[in-house]
Amino acid sequence: MAKFGVVVFPGSNCDHDAYYVLKKIFNCEVNFLWHKESDLKESDVIILPGGFSYGDYLRSGSIARFSPIMNSVIEFANKGGKVLGICNGFQILLEAGLLPGVMLKNKSLKFVCKDVYLKTVNTNSIFSNSISNGNTLKVPIAHGEGNYFTDNDTLNELINNDQILFKYSSKDGNVDDEFNPNGSLLNIAGIINKDGNILGMMPHPERCCDPLLGSTDGKKIFSSIINSFIN
Amino acid sequence: MYKVKVTIKRRPSILDPQGTAIEKGAENLGLTNIKNTRIGKFIEFTVDINDKTKAKQEVENYCSKLLANPIMEDFEYTLSEWTPSEE
Repeated sequence: MAKFGVVVFPGSNCDHDAYYVLKKIFNCEVNFLWHKESDLKESDVIILPGGFSYGDYLRSGSIARFSPIMNSVIEFANKGGKVLGICNGFQILLEAGLLPGVMLKNKSLKFVCKDVYLKTVNTNSIFSNSISNGNTLKVPIAHGEGNYFTDNDTLNELINNDQILFKYSSKDGNVDDEFNPNGSLLNIAGIINKDGNILGMMPHPERCCDPLLGSTDGKKIFSSIINSFIN
Repeated sequence: MYKVKVTIKRRPSILDPQGTAIEKGAENLGLTNIKNTRIGKFIEFTVDINDKTKAKQEVENYCSKLLANPIMEDFEYTLSEWTPSEE
C-alpha cells in the first residue's frame, strides 16, 4: 500500500483533511511532514496541501517554496517521486518550478468558494486512471488566486503533451467561459509535468471524499494514485 | 553597507484586474484622464556587503529568485551607500 506524506507549512489548513481522507477512508499509512524538516519519512507520495502558507505574503507559495522540506520534495519529484499539490500546494509547485506557469488573482478579484465540475481531459495519468472517460467530477474550489497563466509556447506544450488533466466545465463536460470560475487560460484547473509524476490542481479533492460532505468524486483522484502502485 | 529600493512591476503582457478595478474608482472620482493603472510592489532593505559588485549580485539573486517571479514580473532597483546611523 502506498505511503503518503502530507507537508505542513505555517498556514496550511487542508493538511488534516488530506490526512483524514488517506488514513480513514483509504486506510493508508500517512505522516505529517513539518516544513522545517527535510526527512520525507519514506513516503511514496507527497501531498502539498491547501491553505495560506506563510500568510500568502509576497506571492502565494513563494516563501514556502524555499522551506527545508521543499528541497527534499524537489529532489524526490525530480527523481520521479509522485507529488500532488492542491490549491496552495499547486501554487507552491509553480513557484518551485516543478510545474510551468503562474497563478494570477481571480479575474473577478473575489475569493471564490463553491462546487465546480471538472472535465478530465486525460484519463491515462497516474492521477486520473480511475476516472471514466466523459464523466465529470464535482469538486469544491476555494481560492483567490487560481487564474492560471502561462506564455503561448508553454501552453502549446501543455496541450501537445497531454499535460492538462482537468478543466472547469458544466455538469455534462462542456468547457466554456461560462464555467470558468477564475479566468484561467483554457479553463485549466489542473496540470501535470511532462513526466506525469507531479499534479497541481486548484480544486480540493480531499474535501469531497467523505459522503457526509455531499460528494465523493475526489476519491477517484486518490484511488488513481493508489492504483498506480498496484498496477 | 547599501540601502536597496526595489520596484516590481507586472509584465505588460499580464492583465492586471486590480489596476482595472482601481481605475473604476478614479472614474467615479471624476478623474477621467487616468489611464493604464497598474499595481506593482515597492520593497526596501539593506545589504551588509561593502563591495558594490558583490552587493549587486546579492540583490539580483534576492530579486530574481524570491522577490519577483520572472514569469509575470520585472524588477528594477537602486543601490545607495548607507550607514545604520543615517535613519
